[in-house]
Amino acid sequence: MTPKPLTLAEKVWNDHLVVKGEGDAPDLLYIDLHLVHEVTSPQAFDGLRLAGRPVRRPDLTIATEDHNTPTLDIDKPIADATSRTQIEALRHNAKEFGIRIHSLGDIEQGIVHVVGPQLGLTMPGITVVCGDSHTSTHGAFGALAMGIGTSEVEHVLATQTLPLKAFKTMAINVEGTLRPGVTAKDIILAVIAKIGTGGGQGYVLEYRGSAIRSLSMEARMTICNMSIEAGARAGMVAPDEITYEYLKGRPHAPEGADWDAAVAYWNTLPSDENAKFDAEVYLDANTLDPFVTWGTNPGQGVSLLDNVPNPADIADPNERAAAERALEYMDLAAGTPMKSIRVDTVFLGSCTNSRIEDLRAAAAIIEGKQKAEGVRFMVVPGSARVRLQAEAEGLDQIFKDFGAEWRFAGCSMCLGMNPDQLAPGERAASTSNRNFEGRQGKGSRTHLVSPLVAAATAIRGTLSAPADLEGN
Amino acid sequence: MEKFEIFEGVGVPLRRSNVDTDQIIPAVYLKRITKTGFEDALFASWRNDPEFVLNQPAYAHGEVLFAGPDFGTGSSREHAVWALRDFGFKAVFSPKFADIFRGNSGKQGLVSGEISEQDLESIWALLEADPGAKATVDLVAKTVRVADLMVPFEIDEYTRWRLLEGLDDIGLTLRDEQSITDFEAKRESWRPKTLPAKGAK
Ligand code: SF4
Repeated sequence: MTPKPLTLAEKVWNDHLVVKGEGDAPDLLYIDLHLVHEVTSPQAFDGLRLAGRPVRRPDLTIATEDHNTPTLDIDKPIADATSRTQIEALRHNAKEFGIRIHSLGDIEQGIVHVVGPQLGLTMPGITVVCGDSHTSTHGAFGALAMGIGTSEVEHVLATQTLPLKAFKTMAINVEGTLRPGVTAKDIILAVIAKIGTGGGQGYVLEYRGSAIRSLSMEARMTICNMSIEAGARAGMVAPDEITYEYLKGRPHAPEGADWDAAVAYWNTLPSDENAKFDAEVYLDANTLDPFVTWGTNPGQGVSLLDNVPNPADIADPNERAAAERALEYMDLAAGTPMKSIRVDTVFLGSCTNSRIEDLRAAAAIIEGKQKAEGVRFMVVPGSARVRLQAEAEGLDQIFKDFGAEWRFAGCSMCLGMNPDQLAPGERAASTSNRNFEGRQGKGSRTHLVSPLVAAATAIRGTLSAPADLEGN
Repeated sequence: MEKFEIFEGVGVPLRRSNVDTDQIIPAVYLKRITKTGFEDALFASWRNDPEFVLNQPAYAHGEVLFAGPDFGTGSSREHAVWALRDFGFKAVFSPKFADIFRGNSGKQGLVSGEISEQDLESIWALLEADPGAKATVDLVAKTVRVADLMVPFEIDEYTRWRLLEGLDDIGLTLRDEQSITDFEAKRESWRPKTLPAKGAK
């Protein structure tokens, strides 16, 4: 009998099974890599202390400071008491439990989801967890990567395993070639608009098809990052030459015979030809436009060439009510052309779009151009290394000449836990992943966009695509 | 986590229904970074009221809470259970609990048992007639007794077993520690290790 064809996610799951759950009980899975940051870890460490338990595998654990860190004056003490306490607690806990930490000012500091891949710790066929929902980012490598809560963080610290219930699989097939000016961010915003913010619930998504295969690792990370915004447990892309190319030579990537053994194994990971997915979705890359959100959840998005939708046209009563509320909060009238929406701030950053490729793409558009009057443009690299790399390439100068603020690495305005916030009523074009009410500051209004749209918007002052700049 | 079998403690009548987690512990207390020390946060806004039941000397050391239906609704914060536990409560009874609260309480060694509305009324009356009276919780027999009134309560079998054994989530997993160790012995050498730290090349 031939073995049952399996999907990528099922293969990774099976290869980490420590104990198979009987009946309704969850499976116990081994965790290869545990990423830790200051917000969701203090109580987990406190729980260990209470129970007198050690961290089982400090050598599979790494911590960085990101959510609370300031992006200016990083050599001064942190002013906000809560932020300072959380960061001090992380430093203390890392020391007490023997965990590697990259603190503010350290060359490897940065957003946890930028740091893991950059160090070569994120690799195909592994399990990754972090007390942060955007852990799905690491799925771009063909890893099974999931966000977890604080009690699960404690559980992984103590046992290096996690009891998990089986999931369903969904194939997201994206075929074709993206037109110039259209990027990975537009693919994922279009996917979420299509399946809805709950459409992925209970599923691990696998992004497939020719459009995905031709994407760089950084673009794949952008897509997997936002899987959680469709409600999914995780998102994955099968590893291939592009993955190996990105990984090879990174500090923690396997070397020599280990590398060969790893690649041989990784080559077995892609979903089998006849593997059955529980659900399938199709998206045509050839006809995709730049995509932007108009509402207060990431599923409320349209083509940049469209207008703000009219709630009256929405059949589902709940969605209609949500759209009405969103338009009121966003202070937008139905029928307004998206391109006529004026912004106060442009934010280029977050674990979705703050990697070197994102900065390069934005810099190429603004180079030699003028920033729109009155628009604030914040550029926050995802990690200290990305910042250094950008400076080595002269990108910082391009941003500064343009009138942008060139900041230190961290989550920054993605969630405004540090001083980088919008004022009430202010509107931003943001390359981050959540446009929830108040996400970027109390009363803030967020339009999610790609780095290219962010750059074009900073030039024109209204939501714009690079194609709109001709003649500017 | 301690094993829970039979427990006797001061019963507290909380004549309120729909006690949501914001009332059990207001959001301002969530900024703390510890997992204990939340006793001052329990029902914080109600405790400004001198008439509030926990402010009365007879109930100051309450250990068994009797509340109205729909206890623990609202946000999923585990802090709600921590605050009850830190105050000294070992068990909460209500005709109906929010699912997440009930799940969280089982994990922290707090018994949350469902009793009928009728029995609740009777117990409230007994406790109010004799402030400071003890309640006896028998998890083996699934009963709770105040004075001469003994009533049954419901709790799911799995949670009951865990409480009787004194197993938190981690303790439960560590029963399989040998399997974890065996798995680790086979872990391939190419898989990631964060230590020793390597810098970029
Ligand atoms: S950048 Fe934003 S989404 Fe990403 S980890 Fe930080 S706060 Fe979360």
